[in-house]
Amino acid sequence: MATFFGEVVVATSRAGVDDEESAEETLEDREIRRELEKKREIDVLWTLKVAAPAESAADEPISCSKFIVAIGHNAAAFLSSFILDSVCWEVVGAVKLWNEWCRTSNTTNILPTDSFCLFYQLTSDPTVLLCQCSCYVAEDQQFQWLEKVFGCMRKEGLQVTILSTCPLADYKTQESTLTLPSPFLKALKTKEFKEPVCCPLLEQPNIVRDLPAAVLSYCQVWQIPAVLYQCYTDVIKLDTVTIEAFKPLLSSKILKGLVKDISESTKILKKLLTTNETHNNIYI
Amino acid sequence: MTKVGYFYTDCLVPMVGNNPYATAEENSAELSINAEVYSLPSRKLVVLQIRSPFIKSKYRPFSQALLSWVQTSKCARVILLSSSHAYQRDDEQLFGTPLRYLLTPALEKSMEGLMQGLKWKEMEKVAAYPGINDTEKVLHIPGGGITKLLFTECCSKEIQMAVLLKFCSEGDNIPDAFALVNYLNEWLQLIKSESSNSTATSSQWKIPSSWRLLFGSGLPPALF
Repeated sequence: MATFFGEVVVATSRAGVDDEESAEETLEDREIRRELEKKREIDVLWTLKVAAPAESAADEPISCSKFIVAIGHNAAAFLSSFILDSVCWEVVGAVKLWNEWCRTSNTTNILPTDSFCLFYQLTSDPTVLLCQCSCYVAEDQQFQWLEKVFGCMRKEGLQVTILSTCPLADYKTQESTLTLPSPFLKALKTKEFKEPVCCPLLEQPNIVRDLPAAVLSYCQVWQIPAVLYQCYTDVIKLDTVTIEAFKPLLSSKILKGLVKDISESTKILKKLLTTNETHNNIYI
Repeated sequence: MTKVGYFYTDCLVPMVGNNPYATAEENSAELSINAEVYSLPSRKLVVLQIRSPFIKSKYRPFSQALLSWVQTSKCARVILLSSSHAYQRDDEQLFGTPLRYLLTPALEKSMEGLMQGLKWKEMEKVAAYPGINDTEKVLHIPGGGITKLLFTECCSKEIQMAVLLKFCSEGDNIPDAFALVNYLNEWLQLIKSESSNSTATSSQWKIPSSWRLLFGSGLPPALF
């Protein structure tokens, strides 16, 4: 099919793929599949004193009252600018993964444009956990991510907040998306979430996919109060306008007590932008 | 029908959205996920609604999970609504009704009379090696996703299953959905058709809000 710009795009079929039918696997096929599955396995490495590798069943799960997850570069940068700092927060975990779209960075000096997935704990209240996930977690890895991350947490009294971004072109509305003032926020919440949301709810026929959808589905099924704030933006890369679109969340119950000094935030935002520009400038 | 639960699985692509079957302001903010279970106790009917595609190599695990649930919940019969690529029809299939059915041996005996009365057409088998050997026939449902897998599994597990499918093409499948649900209605009589013409019943079915804007947002006025 062709888009309005004349590019030919391969549309995915709702019928799915048929090659699954001839699923008579030879030993070699099975070996290859197993190797590929192993390569795509997610490792969650915790440095917390309480928790050790997720597979060890004897470990006590972490007591968690608030879990804030930022998915995507802009959402992660929002938390870096307005919430995180090296004094009050401590890195307590990381996810190592590989897929066709990205590999998580191994360096300690992570740039805002890198692919990474880190977990932070608030030193004054160890039940508050934060996750910045700017790597793409593939379809077949999302469930693993959920099981390995939430598997380490005690879910009583847990409340989850998810921040993510999405291209404006994906937003379906009666009028054209060109006339919409962007960026804007939309929310989705689970049945158990009773607090007021900071923006309008996402109307049908709009849906959310990928990791944000996986986390929210998990929370809905396991009856955890959770809210997802999705920012629709027309900028793909790191952008201050998109980051600042999340600002209404700073007055929400879950983030109110965690906001740091405004002057600090402005400094960090500026720094983020300049680092980003240097990397994106092809003329230097 | 009311939502009674979720079919939580790692075999389907995750997705969430607000209630597509909202009837009022109050229930429009209920979250829906990719696989949910609805029930209608008065008709002893349970529906599993799947809203997203299967993840690669998860067809078999999903079939196993689904059939294991069917057996443990002591479900009497399973009806699978499906479709097949219209472009793969042979010359004979191009004529007449595009709707087909299949029954597992466990269900065949009890349904024989009903099928004859409804004048339904059974899904034809195709040659296993077309052009070379036309005697050996196999069941082939291109574009049917896990239909064939589920059907063959039900045959071997002796589960009573009926497959109702329609030949259709990619694109706006809303008319196909109506055709399929009317086909189902001929058997289950879920709603009374006012006349023998099945198109009259189309107006009695409700369209979910998730079917809106199938081809995207409105066009920018500046385009014209």
